Amino acid sequence: MTSNAESLRKRAARAIRDQKPETVTVLSCLLAVEDELGYIPPEAAEEVARVTGSTINDVWGVASFYTNFQFQPPGRHRVEVCWGPTCHVKGVMPVIRQVMDTLGIEGEGATEDGNVSLRFNTCLGACANGPVISVDHHLMGRITPDEARHVLEEIRNGVPPEDVGAT
Amino acid sequence: MPPSFEEIREQGLSRWRGLNQGTRPWIRIGTALCGKAAGADAVVAAIVERMDQKNVSAMVSEVGCLGPCFAEPLVDVSMPDGSRVVYRNVSPELAARIVDSHLLEGQPLADEAFGAIGNHLNGSIPSFWDHPMMKPQRRIALRNAGQVDPMDIHQYVANDGYAALHKALTEMTPDEVRQEVSDSGLRGRGGAAFPTGTKWNFLAGAKDPVKYILVNCEEGDPGAFNDKGILESDPHSLVEGVILAGYATGATKGYVFIRHGHDGPIDRTWRAIEQARQLGILGRNIFGSNFCFDMEVSLTGDSYVAGEETALMESIEGKRAMPRFRPPFPAQIGLFGKPSNINNVKTLAYVPQIVLNGGRWFAGIGQDRSTGTAILCLSGDLSYTGMAEVPMGMTLRQVVDEIGGGVPNGKALKLLQTGGPLGGVLSAVDLDIALDFDAMSKAGAILGSGGLIAASEDACVVDLTRALIAFCQYESCGKCFPCRTGMTHLLEVLERICRMDSTQEDMTLMGRVGRSMQAGSLCGHGQLGFNPVSSAVRYFREEFDQHLNDKICPTGTCPGSWHSPTRVRR
Repeated sequence: MTSNAESLRKRAARAIRDQKPETVTVLSCLLAVEDELGYIPPEAAEEVARVTGSTINDVWGVASFYTNFQFQPPGRHRVEVCWGPTCHVKGVMPVIRQVMDTLGIEGEGATEDGNVSLRFNTCLGACANGPVISVDHHLMGRITPDEARHVLEEIRNGVPPEDVGAT
Repeated sequence: MPPSFEEIREQGLSRWRGLNQGTRPWIRIGTALCGKAAGADAVVAAIVERMDQKNVSAMVSEVGCLGPCFAEPLVDVSMPDGSRVVYRNVSPELAARIVDSHLLEGQPLADEAFGAIGNHLNGSIPSFWDHPMMKPQRRIALRNAGQVDPMDIHQYVANDGYAALHKALTEMTPDEVRQEVSDSGLRGRGGAAFPTGTKWNFLAGAKDPVKYILVNCEEGDPGAFNDKGILESDPHSLVEGVILAGYATGATKGYVFIRHGHDGPIDRTWRAIEQARQLGILGRNIFGSNFCFDMEVSLTGDSYVAGEETALMESIEGKRAMPRFRPPFPAQIGLFGKPSNINNVKTLAYVPQIVLNGGRWFAGIGQDRSTGTAILCLSGDLSYTGMAEVPMGMTLRQVVDEIGGGVPNGKALKLLQTGGPLGGVLSAVDLDIALDFDAMSKAGAILGSGGLIAASEDACVVDLTRALIAFCQYESCGKCFPCRTGMTHLLEVLERICRMDSTQEDMTLMGRVGRSMQAGSLCGHGQLGFNPVSSAVRYFREEFDQHLNDKICPTGTCPGSWHSPTRVRR
């Protein structure tokens, strides 16, 4: 456990050190950690506080404000479903229902086996081709409930996300 | 010693000639967010693989968005003879056929084409620019979108790129640059429509050796993707606009503020900044002048309110994105306590063309006090969805019927949702309003950042209003209680109405909550947050009454609709 915590701390410190922006802030550090680890463990929050000279409360305050930050280790694959108004008009609600039924979860979070975590996104930016979902940052537009189920089944069967065929 | 502008320009023109009149074909594939969502990455891979198999030599570039996102993935093939065909809805299988037929045998696949560009094919394929979606367009900020490789500064330079900056730095004083922008009548495209020249004058008047130009590409509005579209398609037009703004106002540094996770726009903007630095277009003594300026990308987490200009500054400083009190205004005390201007991506992307062609030229486009063009994002129930740039003054009906191609499958249009979730809805019977900041605000709508979401007769207005308020509730930053609790109240009431578990008294309650939000909120999120409800009720009172009195949803959406996925902020 201790060694795991140490390794998390090291990876977080490296991500913080290697971040691209010159203006280093609590938020920029947290985003760098999120990119590296997929969530913000307490060890990383401590590192962010140390590097930026902030209090640990400041760091948690920022992390809990922005809805992208997760505090539990994510599933191996990250599925995001857009529920913005365009996707709503184009019928994302049945897609959301199908995704949750296929994953066997209700609402955001990870599946029991830790394979997939689901998140709702307010806009994935490809509105013209809504409804849109994203699997490990690969966007898939004009998706139907059946296609969404197919995608999730392929993910479960170990097909790499870039090869999952939705379209 | 960095190269001179003449050297950079010569290099750019030579690159452009090589691509367009070289010995091998040039294939441009749209890999903006719209292209990727339609499967463009697989198409790129398929084309490269097929070219390898068949031993075909061609230049393959990933470009941004030409505009017709509904037809993505688009593959744009230019042949050495100057002929150019844009293919639509390209699958990996079709991509291989394009290589076989068009590249190898010189036979374009006319049936799969969206359109041809140029006159080389004798009209055997209809012109790309004659497509109903493209024909009414006038492209200024989008002039290079989908045409140039956004990762190659030389292609931008070959298309008048950085000529405005060179002109400003060698021939114009900062006052003269600001005067051109004032003369152009350019107003901010982020939503508030504040005159850009006036805003720049505020910053120019601030006495401080350190000043900032902040570019707002938070773009959390669902239904708006034109800021990201510009950054993905032509990031150098923004970089040049920011440097010009810096010169005109005496600023020293620029920040481009983008939401984390949108890798395409972020990577392409970083790359543009790095390329500009390499050529001495960013940095010290740009083009041999005394002017020094640099910029960087600043990322934010997911927060809609971070797009509000004072919350944006909080976010760049790394804090929770909550709005500040004004005054002091950002031009006096802004980012890190320094004078700052916040401009939208679209606003700044116009600036190079305004400086190059003169403010009067820009003022001659559009109507009245809304000069220039509107950059629209069409989505929802329309035949042609995507990004379009049209002169101000066009009516919304023309936009929907011509550019959007109307509603598919013979359905009737019910409503338009404009200017982001806070903009509210407009009824389809009321669309003879011009794209004009003032005319639209008189009609109770906002042009906002240009997002237009169309909904057909199949949509339930109560359900859609609930979805809009669910968004607003989720995104309230929580600083002001009228917004924080008001949004939650509104959402609870709307959910009751959708469950047919409500009475007319709830309408009165919503009105009271809405008025408190308008009066008691610090920023537009709370002040405008009642718009979705008030505008929906204004146009569709009858449909609300059917839910309230008769307990029926005329479109059959509500009783079975699944409720707001994210009810409560963690």
